[in-house]
Amino acid sequence: MGIEIQREMGNGTQAPVRSKGRQNRVRARVGAEASVKEAPRHYTETYGKEKDALTSFLGWFSVGLGAAELLAPDLVARVIGVDEEENRGLLRAFGVRELIAGVGILTRPRPTYWVWNRVIGDTIDLAALARAMQSDDNDRARLTAATTAVLGVTALDVISAISYARGVPPAGGRAGHDEGSYQIPETVDGTQLLSAIITVNKPIEEVYAFWKNPQNFPLFMQNLESVKVSSPSRAHWKVKAPAGLSIEWDAELIQDEPNERIAWKSVGDGEVINTGTVRFRAATGNRGTEVELETQTKPKGGPLGAKIAKFLAAVPKTQMMNDLRRFKQLIEVGEVIKSDASAVPGIHPARPPKYNEMEV
Amino acid sequence: MRATCWEGAKHIKVESVPDPKILNSNDAIVRITSTAICGSDLHLFNGFMPTMEHGDILGHEFMGEVVEVGRGVKKLKVGDRVVVPFPIACGACWSCQNGLTSLCENSNPNAWIAEKMMGHSPAGVFGYSHMLGGFAGGQAEFARVPFADVGPLKVPSDIPDEKALFLSDIFPTGYMGAEMCGIKPGDTIAVWGCGPVGQFAIASARLLGAETVIAIDRFPYRLRIAREKAAADVTINYEETNVLEALKELTGGRGPDGCIDAVGLEAHAPGLQGFYDRAKQSMRLESDRIPALRQAIMACRNGGTVSIIGVYSGFDDKFPLGSVMNRSLTIRTGQCHVHRYMKPLLKHIQNGDIDPSFVITHKMQLEDAPVGYDIFNHKEDECLKVIMRP
Repeated sequence: MGIEIQREMGNGTQAPVRSKGRQNRVRARVGAEASVKEAPRHYTETYGKEKDALTSFLGWFSVGLGAAELLAPDLVARVIGVDEEENRGLLRAFGVRELIAGVGILTRPRPTYWVWNRVIGDTIDLAALARAMQSDDNDRARLTAATTAVLGVTALDVISAISYARGVPPAGGRAGHDEGSYQIPETVDGTQLLSAIITVNKPIEEVYAFWKNPQNFPLFMQNLESVKVSSPSRAHWKVKAPAGLSIEWDAELIQDEPNERIAWKSVGDGEVINTGTVRFRAATGNRGTEVELETQTKPKGGPLGAKIAKFLAAVPKTQMMNDLRRFKQLIEVGEVIKSDASAVPGIHPARPPKYNEMEV
Repeated sequence: MRATCWEGAKHIKVESVPDPKILNSNDAIVRITSTAICGSDLHLFNGFMPTMEHGDILGHEFMGEVVEVGRGVKKLKVGDRVVVPFPIACGACWSCQNGLTSLCENSNPNAWIAEKMMGHSPAGVFGYSHMLGGFAGGQAEFARVPFADVGPLKVPSDIPDEKALFLSDIFPTGYMGAEMCGIKPGDTIAVWGCGPVGQFAIASARLLGAETVIAIDRFPYRLRIAREKAAADVTINYEETNVLEALKELTGGRGPDGCIDAVGLEAHAPGLQGFYDRAKQSMRLESDRIPALRQAIMACRNGGTVSIIGVYSGFDDKFPLGSVMNRSLTIRTGQCHVHRYMKPLLKHIQNGDIDPSFVITHKMQLEDAPVGYDIFNHKEDECLKVIMRP
């Protein structure tokens, strides 16, 4: 998919990237001729539900050790050679951590995060053992044996974690990677995709004209602080970020097909490439116009870029949908509808707000 | 102003809150002259409706005098006397333009919550949870009414509050329940629940030409009102008689052509079934108790219609879908699209076809709202409908 994104962005006539759902809809619209030209993009599960032997072992090991630490901390303390009274609470806490990691590893189809979690846990365990080693009250021989065992498991954890991070399951995995299969794009190169769709009871020309002017966007996009248009095909975007900060970029109009599609793409030396595409289609039987908004954030490679891409995509689909609902209210009714509760930021009972509570 | 606030399950308090203000250009502010407690408010009172917040103002049946209008309001003027429909509707979306105002696509700012629970969102409603918008309700001295040119109906001065108030909800709701049965000459209609909505469903089945109307409840005073005021032909007390058997006997074994559920999610049932549902609901293993609905389905004639106007909230248990499917039943339901019924029903009132005030048993001051909720909830003092004056 990473390659496909590049290719589509290169040829200019295609949308920058397409999600699977959209693909099917577009096919229905453009007909058989165009659809045979497209590459097959069926989705298959890249990783089987059954884990490879190593990952399963690590998962069950976590569950077993976790249960022992949680339920019989005194026994574990005696085995590794530390004081029972002093370490009961700590061992129980470690037990909870192990159990969570174990369940994560066993239940997630692709437990990269949870395997790394084990690596971190190992480090904590080793640090705790090293600290215990300094005390004369503890049994050094048993502690050394325990440390050796943890080091062995750590090695296995690292092997497993690295192979997941590379995108290949550890040796012995049942399912392999199929080059031809559709993969969710953000898992490949950090590109974040979001899309949402809504139907509005207005003719397509009116809807297109509304979206043609990016200065309308802050009226309904909650996180968008401002859009300053410098020329018909260039604008400066400013998005709200946490702690009163903002993220800004210049964007260029890359596609403008009246009543069909408008697409913007960021330019300049920002950390990420942002693309936003909005597509219009007449709904059947006089039901108005279907508007689909799709955004793509592609980090350029720097560590900051990946963070920014993640932050922008952390705007969940619900919020994008809420943005589209506000757009619908604007174009159908002329303004964004407020209730007594929604007129106030945060949680507010359904009663008239005081003036000082209300958003400006 | 003073307003009736929800402060947790079974805890209603009349509090001083800020006066409402214009928040959108199409708003009006109404000084309320009459307001009522709805049976569906009892679901909030008893804590069965999710997404309530402490301090929410309740009430979705109200009328009064316009005291302020936003700059976008064209038809309504200060001084107009209006009754306000409970669903909030914009008038511009596809649903509104197709008469489905309780499904307005623009009036619920919290549509995303409703979407999570129900797949898609219905319209916003006054004083009925945050999932349905977080709008302050009308059991108060004043209320803000969005889309003032779309919802409120001007009431002629010769129609007193008592006759006009119920155009806000229960009369249209009962009427829609009867209308959804598609009543034809000779039809028998059975109505489960003789609360205020049930009474209007019975009366409306009459207005729509049903041959026989059968009313089912367990409170003798409610069955009496159904017979004497709403003109039911026969009443059945389900605590004394086997309803399914009785309905068969009364319909030559066929079953009623239309069955209206005007009970909703807190239905009672005698015996084991009732105990089962109460236990499951109290443990939150089912959101609604549906014995009345089950019975309405089982009773209905083959190929008949079950019309659901009682309020349900979520996911229900032991729903007899096999009976519905194998016997070609039609289920019709919905929150009432009040807007489309207000004018025709006002005509019925003006013609003297019906006097909706027959359901009123208690008139109170707004300050007595907690008492009103309590006696209505417990059916004390032969309570059927409480109206309040601020």
